[in-house]
Amino acid sequence: MRLSNHQFNLLAISALIAVSAHLGRLPWWLSIALVAVPPLRMFSRARSPKAISAWLRVPLVLLLVAVVVLHYGNLFGREPGSALACGLLVLKLLESERIRDARTAAAFAAFVLMSALLFTQSIGYTLLVSSCLIVLLATLNALEPAPLDRNRPLGAELRTAALLLGLGVPLAAAAFLFTPRLGSPLWGAPGAFSEARTGLDDRMSPGSMTELLVDDSPAFRVHFETAVPAASARYFRSIVLPRFDGTTWTRRETPAQPELEPVVGETPPIDYEVTFEPSHRPWLVALDVPVSADTGLRMRPDRTLSATGGIRNPNQYQARSVLAYRLAPDLDPADRQRALQLPGGFDPKTRELARRWRSEGRDDDAIIASALAMFNAQFTYTLSAPLLGRNSVDDFLFDTRAGFCEHFSSAFVVLMRAAGIPARVVTGYQGGWWSDVGEYLLVRQSDAHAWSEVWLQGRGWVRVDPTAAVNPLRIESGAAAAAGDRSWYSGSWWLPLRNRLDVINRLWTQSVVQFNALRQKSLLQPVGITSADQRDLLLALAGAFAAILLSASLWVMRSGHSTRFDVLDAAWRRLCRRIAKGGVRIRDNEGPLDFLDRSRAAFADTPERARLEELVNAYVGLRYAVTEPVSAKVQAFARKVREFRAPPKVQ
Amino acid sequence: MSALGARFQSTWQGLLAVAERRLPALTRLRAAEALPIRLHRRRIYVLPTAFGIGFGALLVIMQLGALNYANNAALLLTCFLAAAAWMSLFAGFRTLAGLELVAIHAAECHAGQSLPLTLHFLASARPRPSLRLRIGTHLFAFALAPGDGPGISIQLPAPRRGWMRPGRMKLWTEQPLGLFVVWSWINPRTSILVYPAIEESAPPLPHGSGQLGERFSAGDGEEFSGLREYRSGDPQRRIAWKASARHDGLLVRESEVPVDDNRVLSYASLHGLEHEARIRRLTAWVIAADAAMLSYALELPELRIGPGLGHSHRHACLRALALMPDAP
Repeated sequence: MRLSNHQFNLLAISALIAVSAHLGRLPWWLSIALVAVPPLRMFSRARSPKAISAWLRVPLVLLLVAVVVLHYGNLFGREPGSALACGLLVLKLLESERIRDARTAAAFAAFVLMSALLFTQSIGYTLLVSSCLIVLLATLNALEPAPLDRNRPLGAELRTAALLLGLGVPLAAAAFLFTPRLGSPLWGAPGAFSEARTGLDDRMSPGSMTELLVDDSPAFRVHFETAVPAASARYFRSIVLPRFDGTTWTRRETPAQPELEPVVGETPPIDYEVTFEPSHRPWLVALDVPVSADTGLRMRPDRTLSATGGIRNPNQYQARSVLAYRLAPDLDPADRQRALQLPGGFDPKTRELARRWRSEGRDDDAIIASALAMFNAQFTYTLSAPLLGRNSVDDFLFDTRAGFCEHFSSAFVVLMRAAGIPARVVTGYQGGWWSDVGEYLLVRQSDAHAWSEVWLQGRGWVRVDPTAAVNPLRIESGAAAAAGDRSWYSGSWWLPLRNRLDVINRLWTQSVVQFNALRQKSLLQPVGITSADQRDLLLALAGAFAAILLSASLWVMRSGHSTRFDVLDAAWRRLCRRIAKGGVRIRDNEGPLDFLDRSRAAFADTPERARLEELVNAYVGLRYAVTEPVSAKVQAFARKVREFRAPPKVQ
Repeated sequence: MSALGARFQSTWQGLLAVAERRLPALTRLRAAEALPIRLHRRRIYVLPTAFGIGFGALLVIMQLGALNYANNAALLLTCFLAAAAWMSLFAGFRTLAGLELVAIHAAECHAGQSLPLTLHFLASARPRPSLRLRIGTHLFAFALAPGDGPGISIQLPAPRRGWMRPGRMKLWTEQPLGLFVVWSWINPRTSILVYPAIEESAPPLPHGSGQLGERFSAGDGEEFSGLREYRSGDPQRRIAWKASARHDGLLVRESEVPVDDNRVLSYASLHGLEHEARIRRLTAWVIAADAAMLSYALELPELRIGPGLGHSHRHACLRALALMPDAP
């Protein structure tokens, strides 16, 4: 049977919604094509009943496969796979003319919807995708024949879908909580996640952080066990970059026998918990400078934290830091040499300036002060920094004089090294937004920062932030306030609102996205199982399922019985039993009035006789005179029957 | 191909027959029973449809994918979808449970025509959409709104005259998502009389149309012997309006038409025709005579009805014709 226009349109809308969940990631021309096809087909189908011939459909499928292979390089993996799935769903729509096709297409749309969540797990997105389930289920419902209201079936279909989803909440919750999570992926999941994500990189060259600094997505959240550090002290150390080749700063390979740089704390330590968003890189953050961290993490010699592999899911860990410290008070000659290394043949003017300062007899502190004073007096902070040439530091210091944190830190470290002061670049995040409601610090990618460390005799590595010399606002109020030259369309105007709403995101991340095998283990603690293994979880799952399905079955079967008619029947049977006590038993082939005639004789001289006549006549009226008796009258009749007592048996 | 299908069908029917003989307890609900028939939970069966099985497989794949990528949002979505799918089973069951077939009404029908049946279900408080009924190879879909409805009209082919049983009906629904089929068998012990087929372009009634015209033109000259109470089926023009006005109910003139032996519709006189053809012609004549308001008598080999006129007479004649034994 051919699909009605209503059925087809609902199906097309479901497919459209499923595809639009993917739009952000598809190439623009494919997006336009996929979004345009369903409405066009809805329109053409309403006008003429012709199906689309296979001569058109088969070449379209081949074209789709070819286009995906050309654009992505292959057919497998998440990105090309989802593009292919979206395309196939739309093409399936073109051939859906019968119930069977439409059902297949709807099921496939569910799959496409779900695969959209493999890319983003944010709460808004999940809610959006989940609400599409209503349309999807309504579509399946619309494929059933003979709706109650042929003219306006949509309302009933949406209601049914919402009702099913609502009734399914307990079952879904039990399944979500107790389905045992996999300890390790069944198939090659890591390869599928190799796409670039924004996050700090372990290389820094002029302009490399620009993309990061305009990205408002959360990088991590910090919950402090003890006092919250002041805004100017919120430096989160992530990567130390000591090597410079003239343009790019890189990390030092970790030696085979790493020896942590010793740290001497001068203030009480601060304990905190970090929830790190997926970055697909191993680098983590720690408040400058960490003294210890969770055992599962790696602490490099330069006091930075990293995970063993790329971070694919939100990662939660605890660490302890001191805000005032002496880091590596003694520097061994090899390290000192590395911290003074400069590539030959670059930046002659910078070296000349440093030499001049030194020859004027200034000591280390004075040289640092001179450099910062120079930045403060002549430089401007801007995210749209001019391009730099081969001698990037010379160009920056003497020519463009405008840039942001990575320009300043890079130039500063080169200047220090030229002056003979050991120095290095440190990248990480600085600032963040404090949520009073959630009591946590939200740090966004745009809070990424680069600063410098210089080694001074007796004080060890000392943090110097040249950006603060240029733009103190950046350090005190955060990146958003500093980036005053950003336009309204970059989304910063509603950042305050988004900051406030982030507490919901955090709750979602903590309770749902991060619900992993570890958290599941402690799920059964209330019933005395401290560390639930897979067997316990499966038992719990089976138990919860059994309980829910049993109660659902009982509810369904109970409500299948009681109707208004039964009350009347039950009352009549009760009346017959009462009369039988008086000696007259109703016969199978006897109607109520005949029965009354016989009973009259038996009850001849008793006061109940009038009452009996009234009751039987009432029954006849309720049962036979109207199609459907009024419920209140039935109740009244039943009550009178309960009050009726037969006289003692007449002998 | 169709031969193979037919063989499979006959084997299957044979197996079913054996099962019904050997295991009456298992199949007792397929036997005929008296109305009303209530679909209680012991006679409602549920199985997933082919689409339901496919959908389940898809859910398993989605669940595995979400677990593999340790993606809780996708897992949650899959759980919701699966839970809704499961709840659809209960919704489907509720659609069928408690349904009660109280009566089957049939309109007049001649062999070869389609038999209009009206199924009356007991009014129920909840709506029951997307119900489907299969009788033999005939499919019907209908919805029952809450409260008393007008009944469900269906049409069955009636190829033969005589008693006809609607037979075993499968009542089922795949409501609301098409994932589960919920079904029950109904086999009401109801027989419907199918009148014989009417011969097309039958010759006129024995003894001519001239007399017919005369009778109609006679108008007020028609003699009548008396009045009797109105019975349903009496033609309106026979109602004695003036007399009725002075009376409680409607009165009908009973005409005393002199019995004309010539208008005997006789089976024996139709020699030269085969058995069924004779019955068809007699049927056509009965209907023609009734429509023309001519009194007639029907003579069958072992039965003589009439002479007479009116609804009950017509019914008695048609019934006798319908129940004539088959040709020897």
